[in-house]
Amino acid sequence: MEDLGLKIFGAILTTILGFTVGMTYGGIVRKLTARVQNRYGPPFYQNFLDLLKLQVKKTNIAHGFMGHMAPVWIIIAAVTVLLFIPILNGNLWFPNMSFHGDLIFLLYMMVFGSLGMALGAGQSGNPNSAIGVSRGLSQMVGFEIPFVLSLVALMIQYETTSVQELTQIQHETGVWNAISNPFAFLAALFASLGMFRYSPFDIVGAPAELASGPVSEFGGKYLGTMMSGGAIFAFIKLTLYVHLFLGGAGNPDNTGIIATLLGLGVLLIKTFTLYMVPVFYGWINPRYRTEQAIQYFWRWPTALGIIGVIWAVYS
Amino acid sequence: MINDKDSQKIVDYIQNFARKQSLFVMAYGTGCGAIEIPATMTSRYDAERFGIRGAATPRQADVLLITGYLATKTLKRVIRVYEQMQEPKYVIGFGSCTINGGMYFDSYNTINALEQYIPVDVYINGCMPRPESVISGFVKLQELIQQGKADNGKKYRENLEWYRTNQKKIIKNWKMPDYNW
Ligand code: SF4
Repeated sequence: MEDLGLKIFGAILTTILGFTVGMTYGGIVRKLTARVQNRYGPPFYQNFLDLLKLQVKKTNIAHGFMGHMAPVWIIIAAVTVLLFIPILNGNLWFPNMSFHGDLIFLLYMMVFGSLGMALGAGQSGNPNSAIGVSRGLSQMVGFEIPFVLSLVALMIQYETTSVQELTQIQHETGVWNAISNPFAFLAALFASLGMFRYSPFDIVGAPAELASGPVSEFGGKYLGTMMSGGAIFAFIKLTLYVHLFLGGAGNPDNTGIIATLLGLGVLLIKTFTLYMVPVFYGWINPRYRTEQAIQYFWRWPTALGIIGVIWAVYS
Repeated sequence: MINDKDSQKIVDYIQNFARKQSLFVMAYGTGCGAIEIPATMTSRYDAERFGIRGAATPRQADVLLITGYLATKTLKRVIRVYEQMQEPKYVIGFGSCTINGGMYFDSYNTINALEQYIPVDVYINGCMPRPESVISGFVKLQELIQQGKADNGKKYRENLEWYRTNQKKIIKNWKMPDYNW
């Protein structure tokens, strides 16, 4: 019984952590982008204010049942995936269900949110949404291939599909997967460019061209809920990457309060550094067209992924 | 406890603070004043530090900017955009043209006073207003929001008859869907 209580407490804590960190990172990126463009920029907590404003809008319009369900779907998918990811390796406070979910399951679940978005956007009947959805799915076909190849490489190399075991192996040997299989890491890094949808891969939102694409008919609470879901998803992807390739965070042998805080600090540093890769790449690039984006992913990143698999087989 | 006056005041204060610090702007580039919007948003004047940010569609927007003269044809689109926006929504009239017609006061195909057709919260005068005055207009709007005085969506709903009569005087072929905003 006590165990269950601790689990529920951990789940709530994890959700709050993912939400806060995701939103804050978004705000910091807005501030940094402004500084790069020689502006002063909004405060780093601007995203929270935006969210609060959207949630206290007086009228909210939905276009039918799926339009109503889409944000709910996204947030459900986000929280579910978050709970299946080990936040800190073997920690008592963030136990979650990380042991039960493996990489293949995560791969499926991570698409779930986008699917909800696609259905909701479809019902709004706005042509911009339909174009945005088709672009988003095409782009996903692009970046999923190098991403899956890099995961397959890891699975072959260590003969396991469990995220936790992969982290544990890195913890025991002291060698990060990013070093033991650099090609797989590079392929995954390229895939992350598409995943985070910063320029040049912001073809889905494309404010000037598609009027923000799939979300163009969503306002008020609906948009706010989608924003929070997106923030959690950003945190999920970063944490997953850190655990798969960058040695993870947290010490399974020591789960005291100080060690936990230290682990969280390490996690934040690693995720933030990783987050800066797509952001930096975005600052210096304009937008691709859809077919250019797909071609981009199917050339070097895919080649690197295949090399990574071969490396894993023969190493 | 929930319904007593003071706690409602605190809730209002927090809500209004969030509303004023995060304004999603739908910049409707009707007239020549639209050229000042990029200057206001980019590095020199940087409106984003006040939480002002462009919105791509009316559904997401809080503020409708009417930047200058409004042709009778455009009025129809402006009304559609305004009615699609979600409350609380604010309108800023930009330039002399929206106040009294400006230099187009006797033109056959522009409207003279924007107020007759949709409720306006803040006017920024000048032909055309510089980014400084645009920002001061936004600051004025933020003050109104904080005091809870900017609630013109409600005013529009309550006086719909009057606004519709005025609008129909200008738009002869009225074929518009009804919105359940
Ligand atoms: S007020 Fe002046 S600058 Fe603005 S739209 Fe009218 S004529 Fe153009």
